Amino acid sequence: MSVTEKSPNAAHSGHDHGNSHELAHHFVSVEQQHDAGNLGMWMFLTTEVLFFGGLFAAYTIYRYKFERVFEQASNILDPMLGAINTIVLIFSSVTMAFAVRSAQQGKSKAIVAWLAATILFGCMFLGIKVFMEWKHDAHLHVFPTADFNWTYAREMHSGGEHGHGHDSHGPEMKGILFNAPVVPQKYIDADARNPEAKQARLFFFLYFTMTSLHAAHMVIGFGVMAVIMVYAWYGYYTPNYYVPVESVGLYWHFVDLVWIFLFPLLYLLGAHLGAGH
Amino acid sequence: MSLHPPAKAWTYWANFLALCVLTVVTWYTARMDLGVLSTPVALGIAVIKAALVVLFFMHVWESTPLTKLVIAMSLFMLTVLLTFMFTDYMTRNYDVLPPVDHAAVSSVKH
Repeated sequence: MSVTEKSPNAAHSGHDHGNSHELAHHFVSVEQQHDAGNLGMWMFLTTEVLFFGGLFAAYTIYRYKFERVFEQASNILDPMLGAINTIVLIFSSVTMAFAVRSAQQGKSKAIVAWLAATILFGCMFLGIKVFMEWKHDAHLHVFPTADFNWTYAREMHSGGEHGHGHDSHGPEMKGILFNAPVVPQKYIDADARNPEAKQARLFFFLYFTMTSLHAAHMVIGFGVMAVIMVYAWYGYYTPNYYVPVESVGLYWHFVDLVWIFLFPLLYLLGAHLGAGH
Repeated sequence: MSLHPPAKAWTYWANFLALCVLTVVTWYTARMDLGVLSTPVALGIAVIKAALVVLFFMHVWESTPLTKLVIAMSLFMLTVLLTFMFTDYMTRNYDVLPPVDHAAVSSVKH
């Protein structure tokens, strides 16, 4: 062929099947192969932008329609845990970036180590979210299930210690994810009379849907990373071929991007309202 | 080899530091009462953080023009989605419905 090859494997490609997995037959050069793989991954991320974009659009509409209630509902969430999670997830993005860098350098075992660190911090994020945030949310009855109760949540949230004192003596009810105290009837009646309860429920529906979708993306990311780790361990990735590592890197950074937008919109919406909320 | 050489390690840590600082800035500006500016400020800081992640962690800074075009296209599609949905819903005045004409409604046979 007439194309001048610059990669060191150019002399062998097509003839040497020892490391022919580095350059697939339908590509002219490793640069083209790399750019094609990158482009494909970005096309997929475009669909992901619109996947989350739909939920962000729904959030935007309802936030402007029910601004005050959304701000009050946002105050139920703990912004400190959200901020900690933000730092944890950004750090996992850094370890992922270093995993890709190790692949560029051809350091196979380092790829495995950095990916393991990424999974570790990702699991830390999910642990904080599920076992600290969602557990507290279940106790306040803000999960948008049948026993959602806005009046109860507001009272228990601002009641602080008093609220928890009453809870521990009440009868336990089996929730979907966590056990939570049964809601007294007066709260159920108060909610039925209060149109803002439905608006608050909308906020929490959006909150749990968006963060659950985000969490599902993270879990899928763990699975893909585990597969990549196995391949990396056996030296499958070289400085000439590390597109799969870079692709999972792009995916993980995208997951981080979504959270960067989720955090201020969901957690900090009513932060300016202060202690009175 | 003509694939991009790996970036220097300190650039990743510098970006991490910048992202942490911007997270702290987001936190404190959210607590301030900026009135109508609170949303643009929060989203503006988020966009800066996103730009750092996209350009440097995702290596878009050194990628092909085609990749950059695909990213711009996805942002354009998202803008179309948000803009048209927003202008639609925010210009509907369905909070104020015409009063129900009970006589007309009750005369309809189901």
